[in-house]
Amino acid sequence: MQIFLNGQNLDLQAPISLAQLLEQQGYAQRRVAVEVNRSIVPKSQHGQHWLNEDDKVEIVHALGGG
Amino acid sequence: MNQPNINAPLIIAGKSYQSRLLTGTGKFKDFEETRLATEAAGAEIVTVAIRRTNLGQDAGAPNLLDVLPPEKYTLLPNTAGCYNVEDAVRTCQLARELLDGHRLVKLEVLGDPKTLFPNVIDTLKAAEILVRDGFDVMVYTSDDPIIARQLEAIGCVAVMPLAAPIGSGLGIQNKWNLIEIIENAKVPIIVDAGVGTASDAAIAMELGCDGVLMNTAIASARNPVLMASAMRKAIEAGREAFLAGRIPKKRNANASSPIDGLFF
Repeated sequence: MQIFLNGQNLDLQAPISLAQLLEQQGYAQRRVAVEVNRSIVPKSQHGQHWLNEDDKVEIVHALGGG
Repeated sequence: MNQPNINAPLIIAGKSYQSRLLTGTGKFKDFEETRLATEAAGAEIVTVAIRRTNLGQDAGAPNLLDVLPPEKYTLLPNTAGCYNVEDAVRTCQLARELLDGHRLVKLEVLGDPKTLFPNVIDTLKAAEILVRDGFDVMVYTSDDPIIARQLEAIGCVAVMPLAAPIGSGLGIQNKWNLIEIIENAKVPIIVDAGVGTASDAAIAMELGCDGVLMNTAIASARNPVLMASAMRKAIEAGREAFLAGRIPKKRNANASSPIDGLFF
C-alpha cells in the first residue's frame, strides 16, 4: 500500500504498525514525535497503530533553532 | 537601604534559574560549536526547533539533544516558521509529545518573512489555546505594551518583546516601550531578538528586564564561543548595574574632588 511520509510517497507491505515503520526507517532508538493524518500518535501507542492506504505520516525531531 | 539580592534567581513557571541568558541553538557551524558556545554562555534554557526528520538519514547520526540533553538543559521548543495559529499550536503539541510531556514552549506566530515581525493578533489567539491546553507559554511579541499586557493576562508565563528584528543585530530600538512593558509586568520580561553585541545585552538588563534571549548574536559572531562568554558577562554586569541604581543623567558637571583645601 502507499502512504505519504514526511511529504514523500512510500510503498509499504501491509499490515504494518507505526512502530514497525519507525524501525524500518531507522528511528526505533531515536527521539521523535509522530503524527498520522494530523493527529499525534503517542509513543505508547506506536505498536498498536496500524497504517492505512493514503495515510499522511509526519515524523519530527528537535534540531537547532532560535 | 534596601539591599537587593543580586543573586536572586530568574523564576519561570515555578522553576528557578541562575542564568538570565537564554540562548538559541541555530546557525552554529556544528554540534561541537553549539555545545561549547552554550557552555560559555552559561545558559540553562536553550531553544530548539521542531522539524521533519530527514528520511534515509543514517540512524546513528548524532542528534542535537545528544550534546544538549534534556536532563542538563531546560529545552524551549519554538514555533519558528509558523505564520498561523494552527501551525503554531500543532508544533507545540508535537514538541510536548517529543519531550515526554514537557510543557514549556516558546510561541511565535510570524507576520512577515522579511522582518519576521510577529503577527500579534494571531499570537494572542494561539497563546489562549495553548494556555488552556496546559502549556507554559513564553511568548515572542512586539514591543507594544498593550499586547504584552494582554499576553500576560491570558496566562503566558513570560513575555518576550523583541529588541529589533530577529537576526538583525540592531539592538534595542525602542527602550521607552520596553521600560513601559517591564514596569507594568508581573511575569518575567525576556528581551528576545535583535541583540547584536554585548553592550546591547547589558543595556537590556539595565532597563530592568529579567533576561535576554539571543541566537544570531552569538552563533554568527566571528568567534561564537568568545561572544557567548562576552554575553554572559554583559548580562551579569547589566543586571548588577540595574540593581545598583545608576546615577541620573545631568546636563552639567558635578566635581568628584573637594573644593576645600585648595592650596593655590
